[in-house]
Amino acid sequence: MDQFKLVLKYKFLLNELVMRDIKIKYRRSVLGLLWTLLNPLLMMIVLTLVFSNIFRFSIDNFPVYLLCGQLIFNFFSEASNMALPSILSNGSLIKKVYVPKYLFPLSKVFSSLVNLLASFVALLLVMIFTQSQITWTILFVPLPLLYIFLFTLGVSLLLSALSVFFRDIMHLYGVLLTAWMYFTPVFYPLDILPAGIRNIVEFNPLTSFINLFREVVMYNQVPTLSLNLVCLAYSLVMLAVGAYVFYKNQDKFILHI
Amino acid sequence: MVEVIVEVDHVSMQFNLYKERVDSIKEYMIKMFKKQMVVEPFVALKDVSFKVEKGDSLALLGMNGSGKSTLLKLIAGVLKPTTGSIKTVGAIAPMIELGAGFDVDLTARENIFLNGAVLGYSRADMESHFDSIIDFSELHDFVDVPIKNFSSGMLARLGFSIATVTQPDILIIDEILSVGDYKFQEKCEIRIHEMMQAGTTVLFVSHSIEQIKEICNKAVYIEKGRMLGYGDVHEICDRYMV
Repeated sequence: MDQFKLVLKYKFLLNELVMRDIKIKYRRSVLGLLWTLLNPLLMMIVLTLVFSNIFRFSIDNFPVYLLCGQLIFNFFSEASNMALPSILSNGSLIKKVYVPKYLFPLSKVFSSLVNLLASFVALLLVMIFTQSQITWTILFVPLPLLYIFLFTLGVSLLLSALSVFFRDIMHLYGVLLTAWMYFTPVFYPLDILPAGIRNIVEFNPLTSFINLFREVVMYNQVPTLSLNLVCLAYSLVMLAVGAYVFYKNQDKFILHI
Repeated sequence: MVEVIVEVDHVSMQFNLYKERVDSIKEYMIKMFKKQMVVEPFVALKDVSFKVEKGDSLALLGMNGSGKSTLLKLIAGVLKPTTGSIKTVGAIAPMIELGAGFDVDLTARENIFLNGAVLGYSRADMESHFDSIIDFSELHDFVDVPIKNFSSGMLARLGFSIATVTQPDILIIDEILSVGDYKFQEKCEIRIHEMMQAGTTVLFVSHSIEQIKEICNKAVYIEKGRMLGYGDVHEICDRYMV
């Protein structure tokens, strides 16, 4: 009960932290907040132009295929990358006032979620423009977004806690993310891969999230229960691991920042 | 029956000072392998116990490095004690450093809401107190200026005004009254007295004995992490000054 009250008490702080991230990002630009939508839209237009003319795998509607993958992967990489140093960079605050420390990585994941939603609107605009079919199955889209949110939160909690003790992770993670991207079917179809690598890629949780997302947005399918369960399992396990490591170590943070 | 607001019960705090800070996995592995991890325990506080009753104002006396700030941080909940326990009742306004949690890129207006949220107040709360914060800090002309352009005195004013805008049950003040010009210092002292009269319990660290005698009625004397005395402020101050 006390824990619950605490969460409510700090809901305002979470709100302010997310607002701060978004405000500072576009401060002093003429178009301001409009950039949250404009940025992904312009990026997508560039990608669409490039990829519909140059690379062509045997995929129908390749631009939308690519953008779906990008949307999910970019959310994951942006959120985890920003959350990674969030405990360290708020060190001065953590040392002086008691605030629940999970708020810092959580707020980063939320601000990326805002960007993700803006990108999703941009994706819909691109789909309308390229005359892709949009059906009612798109109403299932909160499901993949929820799964990827929980999964990303788990990774973010884990990384932000570990980076307090081992700063090297900050440098290492950039490399890891690049490798992770190539092992995720963002811009290539799964079936061009040789069997060995394909197994690794299929085991990659992000592959499942992206598949689920494409199913409902692009292929207009009702997602299967089994795919949902796989995604849910990945996200809950990751969240449990991240939350456990974070919780066990959070009282020691202050001695290392 | 008087109400106990802060109860510090046999609290010890030990830090492990690594002789060399190890921040990378590689270093850690090498050091572990060579068994070179030299851990030097440093006892910042040892077996400290006292109680503060409602309406009391307690001064912490001691030299630099005696453990005063550690004790305040423990009471504020920033640190967790190694052994022992600390109980507090009600809302704490920690002024261990003014403006902790300010974002220099944001304006004074935005920082008021951010800092208020850090202290646990909602946007609506802060909106209703907004004018009194600005009035008290006398920063009318700078409301929409990013605070990276503020002087340290202005920051301290803003921080103090936000931290004291509502009536906390416990107010923690760690050597922050030395900032600002004398007029503002006076204003701060008046505000603290007002809060004490309204029932706020104050925990106070300062190196100015006059200030302590003026504000506090009880005192704790700490030296090298050990509590040497607890009682009436004049008595303890006399012992401290010898």
